[in-house]
Amino acid sequence: MGYGSAPDEPETGAGSDAPERYRPVSERAAAVRPSASTGEHAAPLVEALLRLADDRLVLGHRLSEWCGHAPILEEDIALANIALDLIGQASLLLEHAGQVEGRGRSADALAYFRDAVEFRNLLLAELPNGDFAVTIVRQFLWSAFAVPHLKQLSASADATLAGIAAKGHKEATYHLRHAADWVLKLGDGTVESHARAQRALDELWPYVHEMFRTDDVEAPLVAAGVTIDPSTLQLAWRESVASVCRAATLKVPGDGWKAQGGREGRHTEHLGHLLGEMQILARSHPGAEW
Amino acid sequence: MTPTNAAAPPPPETAEQLAAFEARIAAGEYIEPKDWMPERYRKQLIRMMSQHAHSEIVGMLPEGNWITRAPSLRRKMTLIAKVQDEGGHGHYIYCATETLGVSRDQMVADLLSGKAKYSSIFNYPTLTWADIGVIGWFVDGAAIVNQTVLAKASYGPYARSMIRICKEENFHKRQGYEICAVLASGTEAQRAMVQDAVNRWWWPSLMMFGPGDASSPNSEELLRWKVKRFSNDELRQRFVNLTVPQAQAIDVALPDPELRYDAASGDWHFGQVDWNEFWQVVKGDGPCNRERLAARNKAHDEGAWVRAAAEAYAARRAGAAASAAA
Ligand SMILES: [Fe+2]
Ligand SMILES: [Fe+2]
Repeated sequence: MGYGSAPDEPETGAGSDAPERYRPVSERAAAVRPSASTGEHAAPLVEALLRLADDRLVLGHRLSEWCGHAPILEEDIALANIALDLIGQASLLLEHAGQVEGRGRSADALAYFRDAVEFRNLLLAELPNGDFAVTIVRQFLWSAFAVPHLKQLSASADATLAGIAAKGHKEATYHLRHAADWVLKLGDGTVESHARAQRALDELWPYVHEMFRTDDVEAPLVAAGVTIDPSTLQLAWRESVASVCRAATLKVPGDGWKAQGGREGRHTEHLGHLLGEMQILARSHPGAEW
Repeated sequence: MTPTNAAAPPPPETAEQLAAFEARIAAGEYIEPKDWMPERYRKQLIRMMSQHAHSEIVGMLPEGNWITRAPSLRRKMTLIAKVQDEGGHGHYIYCATETLGVSRDQMVADLLSGKAKYSSIFNYPTLTWADIGVIGWFVDGAAIVNQTVLAKASYGPYARSMIRICKEENFHKRQGYEICAVLASGTEAQRAMVQDAVNRWWWPSLMMFGPGDASSPNSEELLRWKVKRFSNDELRQRFVNLTVPQAQAIDVALPDPELRYDAASGDWHFGQVDWNEFWQVVKGDGPCNRERLAARNKAHDEGAWVRAAAEAYAARRAGAAASAAA
């Protein structure tokens, strides 16, 4: 069957192949709502905590993929260390989210038994590792955001979140230093490493804007001093990123396409595969203890 | 650093030097990097220590295989930490081996070319999550039996690295055993999973102590020089004696119909290790030898541009610092 020809069937809205009970859609349209997993948000604080947690869980998972396969032994160790910190932060944030939610979901239940559309991480976090340059540049771009973000969150009106953020801030400061060091080495290293670092920067740039998006979900939390409006971090972030790039002889890309959707559960195709691997064992044995 | 394979023959070793060296060892002294040592002692240590370091590094692969699928956040974190520890062990032992006059680059090249050996246990695949538990329990457990003794080895840098590393191996062993204990008291599928893993890892773990004393040519000299302190068979027996009660405690069976307690010796008698399998794996024909070596080579080759960048950058910094100082 061709896809280019004009419809040869009456407009039913669902096509005449659809079962009778779905035809026509127009009469039932009022009953169509966004499902819980796409577009409908949980309580604002749960949502905000999931955003923070999922960035860290997914990015930590990506970093852990390097373990045993890094360019030098020192980086096997360093990337594993960062992965460990991020998954540790994610675990605390998920536990808090589960408690605030009040439906009895543990950190593990939230990590292992949500589908991709229920994840709230940035698209940047879920992109494949690529080469070492992509991994490092991503870590740099994100850590340059995470450090000031966590610093401000450590003054959150939510004491648990403030505590997690304060601990995370110390770790993120190290992660940023590690990544920035490597951006310098790659950018100002060899012709090849410079080209790879610049390509990584260019490829990842469309995904940075999502970090600074503000939406209505967190507005009441921002007003109450529980979370912060990430858009307020953007200027300083741009300056700090630009200064490292300058030192690394890398060119900051111009703003073009701005990828987004992770905060609403509309992800790239990569996340489903990542979760397929991450969750397979837990889901194969529902109810089992490990 | 003196290259180990330099063209010039090593200076002749006098009987007095050798006698003084052996007297120091007999008196329980540590030999330090700058001390005189027989060339054969140096060579033996380089061989043992670099093999040990390589084993830590290659060992990251079978366990790393389950990091992305670990079934809970806690297990994921402890597994990442464990594999990271093994990398740290490798790093630490490479540094200790460098004190004997061989570079890490040379050792790594020997690993990648297949010239250097590493523990054959890592040429077996990790097929289920239970393998992660059993490796911690058996493989780290066997490593502890070996390393507790190596911590009293006569070469100071090796002995000291073993003391530090052994603490972490103990932690790994406890975690591995705990994984097994949880599985063994879990669902039917989990119990089957852990029993299957035990069945697959038991015999290869016994092989970790090396061939039987009758067919282990190096041992006598190594024992006298306190590079080793106990024979392969003694250590193997010690491991079996430690492990059988642990298996009983969590109610998993060990795959050896001959296993029985011998009250007279206080030992658990066990059946014959399949040394054909052992030699086959040592010679490169184990289930994963090719994959392990390929994975190490791939990481090394794909990382070449990264290492080149770091060197170029460091050289440029050094140049800039030198011209600033001038
Ligand atoms: Fe180790
Ligand atoms: Fe270990």
